[in-house]
Amino acid sequence: MKFAVLRFPGSNCDQDCLRTLRDNFGASADPVWHKETSVDGYDAILVPGGFSFGDYLRCGAIARYSPVMGAVTRAAARGVPVLGICNGFQILCEAGLLPGALVRNRGLHFICRPVHLRVTNTVNPFTRAAKEGQILRIPVAHGEGCYFADDATLDELEQKGRVAFRYCDENGAVTPAANPNGSVRNIAGILNQQGNVLGLMPHPERACEERLGSTDGTLFFTSLLGAGLASVS
Amino acid sequence: MLDPQGVATAGAMKHLGWPGNPRVRVGKMIEIEAPGATPDEEQLHAICRDLLSNPVIEDYTIEFEDR
Repeated sequence: MKFAVLRFPGSNCDQDCLRTLRDNFGASADPVWHKETSVDGYDAILVPGGFSFGDYLRCGAIARYSPVMGAVTRAAARGVPVLGICNGFQILCEAGLLPGALVRNRGLHFICRPVHLRVTNTVNPFTRAAKEGQILRIPVAHGEGCYFADDATLDELEQKGRVAFRYCDENGAVTPAANPNGSVRNIAGILNQQGNVLGLMPHPERACEERLGSTDGTLFFTSLLGAGLASVS
Repeated sequence: MLDPQGVATAGAMKHLGWPGNPRVRVGKMIEIEAPGATPDEEQLHAICRDLLSNPVIEDYTIEFEDR
């Protein structure tokens, strides 16, 4: 399985993603510059975190018009898994591959700390190795991670099971106090209609080694790589 | 929708003695100069809709000014 890790001017988690894929999972992973017009031959695409184009205009607003995004849109339509992390999530929303938008955190602060997530969908390529309701501890690092969408969109996301993660406390309770950034309905990550595009604000690639404080991020990559599934089958 | 910048700005205004509870929303103004060209209004709307604003969270208006 071969991964493409997109690289825009201002991406800064591309190396983290590449290192995690290669060193922690022995996977084949290439950086793909944003001017590329094809992602053919890749089995999964990671849109990493960072500050693409300096967050000018709006987070992700310029990156979504980079040539590679046309290729990503076509690949997503073919069913290729696309994982957008942090700025990657913002880019996927701006590109219209996911609904809603990420706006300035409630409280205005940049937040950089571990949070707890409740897994609310396990029938997708990214969390199929997880158990429904499993609680993950994964870091966030963002200033504009407050998820917003209108009520009709939110209702549809919930009815179709497209909310992938919610911010929760360490016991798994989804409460206002456990919501780090003011996201509507504590939403931390969502799926597209087909279930092959996932965007989330937390950084699973930063939670794949004990010495980083958590290995809960590994389930994203074991899910994608098809490993570790025996436990749920 | 919540506008945290507006809420923070309103708080500062009250601190400076503004009476009551002001409701403040913070947006942005983008100036476009088009020397020697007559902007196509349809194209302007497309640019506003597809690039300069995000319809999920923002509205826009266009004003023309002769220089």
